[in-house]
Amino acid sequence: MAASTAVTANYVLKPPPYALDALEPHMSKQTLEFHWGKHHRAYVDNLKKQVLGTELEGKPLDHIINKTYNNGDLLPAFNNAAQAWNHEFFWESMKPNGGGKPSGELLALLERDFTSYEKFYEEFNAAAATQFGAGWAWLAYANDKLKVVKTPNAVNPLVLGSFPLLTIDVWEHAYYLDFQNRRPDYIKTFMNNLVSWEAVSARLEAAKAASSSSA
Amino acid sequence: MMTVAVTAISSSSLSYSPLLLHSQGPNRRLLQCERNEKRRLATKVAGSGVITAGFELKPPPYPLDALEPHMSRETLDYHWGKHHRTYVENLNKQIVGTDLDTLSLEEVVLLSYNRGNMLPAFNNAAQAWNHEFFWESIQPGGGGKPTGELLRLIERDFGSFEEFLERFKSAAASNFGSGWTWLAYKANRLEVANAVNPLPTEEDKKLVIVKTPNAVNPLVWDYSPLLTIDTWEHAYYLDFENRRAEYINTFMEKLVSWETVNTRLEAAMVRATQREQEGTDTEEEANPDDEEPEVYLDSDIDVSEVD
Repeated sequence: MAASTAVTANYVLKPPPYALDALEPHMSKQTLEFHWGKHHRAYVDNLKKQVLGTELEGKPLDHIINKTYNNGDLLPAFNNAAQAWNHEFFWESMKPNGGGKPSGELLALLERDFTSYEKFYEEFNAAAATQFGAGWAWLAYANDKLKVVKTPNAVNPLVLGSFPLLTIDVWEHAYYLDFQNRRPDYIKTFMNNLVSWEAVSARLEAAKAASSSSA
Repeated sequence: MMTVAVTAISSSSLSYSPLLLHSQGPNRRLLQCERNEKRRLATKVAGSGVITAGFELKPPPYPLDALEPHMSRETLDYHWGKHHRTYVENLNKQIVGTDLDTLSLEEVVLLSYNRGNMLPAFNNAAQAWNHEFFWESIQPGGGGKPTGELLRLIERDFGSFEEFLERFKSAAASNFGSGWTWLAYKANRLEVANAVNPLPTEEDKKLVIVKTPNAVNPLVWDYSPLLTIDTWEHAYYLDFENRRAEYINTFMEKLVSWETVNTRLEAAMVRATQREQEGTDTEEEANPDDEEPEVYLDSDIDVSEVD
């Protein structure tokens, strides 16, 4: 089972690593206020209530996620736990003046596993655009390979045995205030103006280190 | 751009090709809503010579601002004018020139559901159906309480109207992700979806609350939908942001059209009785050689029927 990288949560609503208006005009302050300040906060608060007095209380977030995933037969705390984790991971996947292209080891692996950065972009874009209903699209790392994954609702690659490296939230609440139904525009803006390749690279390094140490 | 509309042929015939559908489950039954009778639309030939399949985006039965302040005009502009429209347009593109192109919307939904292993057209078809059903489930000056037979059955099957309301709202609030919550009439069905009750009694015909994910609707289990609330975030985000519970309250108190629900119930009950009398409610016709009728559980859809 893959360990989470960098996101600890421990049921704290951690603020994004930038001011709530810092992603404008690509993602509005209003969106951050709702998405982080209400949706994400509610997942954390509800998780705390749910695990109080149970054997899950006090356990690390990724432990709760894996236990309550329960091989797909989700236990009650899963949705809140996974969404708490996913959202923290999402905020850290972006930065002000983000976008551009990756470099170094990350770019090399993308070119190796997708034949080119453009092909990866296309595949990630397609996954995000075609995840019907609520969910997420991911770049993930497993068995020394990068892949694009799309998941429904609260599911994330941790439960699929992979290291998440990047995510985009495609629940409608993530883009409705700024883009209404124009999900493709949101995805494009995310890729061109928001994604933090530094964060993705750092996660890749951690994932490789974790893989080789458990090999 | 010139569009030449061939005269729309609307047939009131409910017959359809048995050959096409014989491998599906509930294939001999009468289709449900009147409006899903083969509404054979105009085959439009655009000026560019491209032929499009022709499901139409039907407008809601009231102006787009008529539900204010409970559901804003802006929401209708987006929800109907863009989301719903896109489902219809994409469905048409998907099925043009295929077998599905000759069928009614309900038939496309049922066929493409494919026992839970959905074919590509399902999402668009079901969402087109669901949204039309949704607009017709609400009205200006809606809300209040049901009356007559509908109220009697609600009281019979849920204890009281208040109890029903509580459970319906709770189902809608707890439907995680995107989806719909339904009041449906379940006639002659066992607890396992798709299984026909061999010894039906009046008590087996029940009102049930069902919550479904994404585009799924109770037609696929041969229930008769009576009422729905859309809990995809796009349905309430512009007016209520993340306050889904408030949206649900407003929907029930100010929008729901009990008249429409009642009409649908009457039709559902008539249909159920007809099917029993004709014997089309069973699998017999589909299995003339006395084969065991197929009973199957849908693949990993977590649908809960709320008790």
